[in-house]
Amino acid sequence: MIPELGHFLLWLALGVSAVLGTLPLVGAGRNRADWMALARPSAAILFALVALAFVCLALAFVGNDFSVLYVATNSNRSLPTHYRFAAVWGGHEGSMLLWTLMLAVWTVAVARFSAHLPDKVMARILAVMGWLSFGFLLFMLMTSNPFDRLVPTPANGRDLNPLLQDPGMVIHPPMLYMGYVGLSVAFSFAVAALIGGNLDATWARWTRPWTTAAWIFLTIGIALGSGWAYYELGWGGWWFWDPVENASFMPWLVATALIHSLAVTEKRNSFKSWTVLLAILAFSLSLLGTFLVRSGVLSSVHAFATDPRRGLFILAFLVIVIGASLALYAWRAPKVGIGARFALLSRETLLLGNNVLLVVACGAVLLGTLYPLALDALGMGKISVGPPYFDTVFVPLLTPLIFLMGIGPLARWKEAELPDLASRLKWAAGAAVVATLLTIWLRGGIGSVGVVGLLMAFWIVGSIATDLFERLRPVGGVRTGLLHRARLIPRSIAGMQLAHLGVAVFILGVTLVKTGEIERDVRMQPGDTTTIGDLVFTFSGVREVAGPNYRAMQGTISVTDKGRPVVTLHPEKRHYPATQSTMTEAAIEAGLTRDLYVSLGEPVDGGAWIVRVYVKPFVDWIWGGCLVMALGGLLAASDRRYRVKVRRTAEATTSVASAA
Amino acid sequence: MKRFWFLIPLAAFLALAVMLAVGLKLDPREVPSPLIDKPAPKFALQRLDDAARTIRLDDMRGKVWMLNVWASWCVACREEHPLLVEFAKKRVVPLYGLNYKDQREDAKGWLARFGNPYDASLFDDEGRVGIDFGVYGVPETFVIDQNGVIRLKHIGPLTPDVIATKIEPLLKKLDA
Repeated sequence: MIPELGHFLLWLALGVSAVLGTLPLVGAGRNRADWMALARPSAAILFALVALAFVCLALAFVGNDFSVLYVATNSNRSLPTHYRFAAVWGGHEGSMLLWTLMLAVWTVAVARFSAHLPDKVMARILAVMGWLSFGFLLFMLMTSNPFDRLVPTPANGRDLNPLLQDPGMVIHPPMLYMGYVGLSVAFSFAVAALIGGNLDATWARWTRPWTTAAWIFLTIGIALGSGWAYYELGWGGWWFWDPVENASFMPWLVATALIHSLAVTEKRNSFKSWTVLLAILAFSLSLLGTFLVRSGVLSSVHAFATDPRRGLFILAFLVIVIGASLALYAWRAPKVGIGARFALLSRETLLLGNNVLLVVACGAVLLGTLYPLALDALGMGKISVGPPYFDTVFVPLLTPLIFLMGIGPLARWKEAELPDLASRLKWAAGAAVVATLLTIWLRGGIGSVGVVGLLMAFWIVGSIATDLFERLRPVGGVRTGLLHRARLIPRSIAGMQLAHLGVAVFILGVTLVKTGEIERDVRMQPGDTTTIGDLVFTFSGVREVAGPNYRAMQGTISVTDKGRPVVTLHPEKRHYPATQSTMTEAAIEAGLTRDLYVSLGEPVDGGAWIVRVYVKPFVDWIWGGCLVMALGGLLAASDRRYRVKVRRTAEATTSVASAA
Repeated sequence: MKRFWFLIPLAAFLALAVMLAVGLKLDPREVPSPLIDKPAPKFALQRLDDAARTIRLDDMRGKVWMLNVWASWCVACREEHPLLVEFAKKRVVPLYGLNYKDQREDAKGWLARFGNPYDASLFDDEGRVGIDFGVYGVPETFVIDQNGVIRLKHIGPLTPDVIATKIEPLLKKLDA
């Protein structure tokens, strides 16, 4: 009965989303306050209905209701309860339900937290989000109903994909979806502004915190996915340029560009048509990512069970949503003014450079992801573009981007002067060179790419330090305390610099792990040892252990450093009988300066195993950097000017000088 | 002229959409199997229903036959199963099952419940023969000719369309 209720709730939600998508929009066009007033309650009802449907599905999972096909395919009696709950989004249908729920959450959040928006603007924004909900609900009900019944009812389910039976995997999809779907807010703001023709600095300020919020989720989601791949796949890699990873990385790149472009639009009223285009593109890429993952046009480790009807439906949805918004853009954007002028060297120019580089980087990823598909579509054979392509393309794009990242925050709006910038940044540049040389001296040769990486990371740190110094030093004879001056730094500035620092941490991690990692695949008998530098790894055999729904071969490897015991690691090879699959569970001793990574390969004759022994210096800095970026975003999004409820455009333009 | 520039994103997207639509028709999993037109790997396996009797590749020589890889734990197999039962009724060619990485009792129970379309099933509990055949997902279906050469491999559940457009024409050609 509960699954039928869930199914029915989805149909009701479809109806409500249709109301939300039409009446307020028409109302805004015809000045009907009563129609526009429908927007907020509809958003709340839509959220309640989808949330209840989600609860229905979760109940079916927790209660082992295998008469529901989706539950039978993705759960099992012996699956621990918390994974039974997480299994709700372990497959295609439930993922779509989670996606729709997230969209409803964002919709209701906009309705609740943007109460200061003019009624017409609000009505249009919520209507656009209503249409998106309508599309996804229709998709679910037509092709991917999670509540479909299975007759006859099997005694037990097929079990959740063991790859997903992991704490990281429990929170990775919700985070990522929050990010993907969160970009729909910026999209809806943009489309609403194009419809209403009120594209100005106020619009940018309304959009900024939402965009940053979505970006934070996206950043954390991607980092979680990468961390999961690192410890769960057993290869010790943290990014594979897999099509699905790329699908999440592309919106991230464009969202990052959008955040920067919105800053220009808010402060200087420039780049408006460009910013709107980025807002449309960021969400379009989220949708495109969904299409790539769900339709099965690309093969990937993430491939879901595919159904051609699903692909066709999403493609049609894609064409309608993206096509219509881009057509609207082509129609309305030419009327948007250019905004304030700026000099060749100014913060605007530097941010434009940032935008161009990020968008080109996104284009490069898109090309690498779709190129195999394009060749196949043209009948030129099947190929795959691997990491070599992406590595080759990314370093030359990233280097100028990082260089600009150091200068941009110190340059003045409108017009900056080269000698002034050069003299302010000379210490940062010098410090970067010295720090790089020092690191090379400490760690030994690291190759030319390594040198570039170190220079980039230390350059960012140097420029942030310069900015901080300039803001904190006493000026103009006014004697104030250091703490007081620190408090004067707006949160948006502190957040930006913190996020930039995160980039530096990330680059340091990538550079040091790429240049200093040691990977050994060795055949080990019980009692054998492997030596890496001062570290001695001793393999003392494998024993069988039982988990709740798996059996595992658990190895024991003790590690000593110059004779002192460091840690004993227990990598596992798990066998899940329900799905007949085997998983590698790496054992990792994580540390600030290096990870010790051990995983079991295959058993070979005579009790020996192929053992992978990796030493990964500074690898945790990669995810640490992402976390710092996300924290920076959080700090920036909490800036006080977004919390002040009613603001008029006039005030905004006068206050920019101080916040800039 | 200025308007023209604002149309570029739309045009680029539509071009992309056309490419995706074409791509949708293609199957990335349709990797040409290296086994096509090669002799089928040799095997000697117990019958599922009778551990005392063994079936070998050589027993099949001289006839066109089909091998369907299945398992009781495989949900997609259940999806294609009614189709196989229908197909077997036509008695076009002998249909053998390769019961892959399964438990004997589970597999027998499964056949008893959903019907047995197979002339016999080979019991491959360790999956060795499956590996020789390059199986990487269940179900898979092979067509093997009179000389023991693999002529077709289908990955994933069979559909009426696949049987009508790929398998039956091939069987006709092989004069089965």
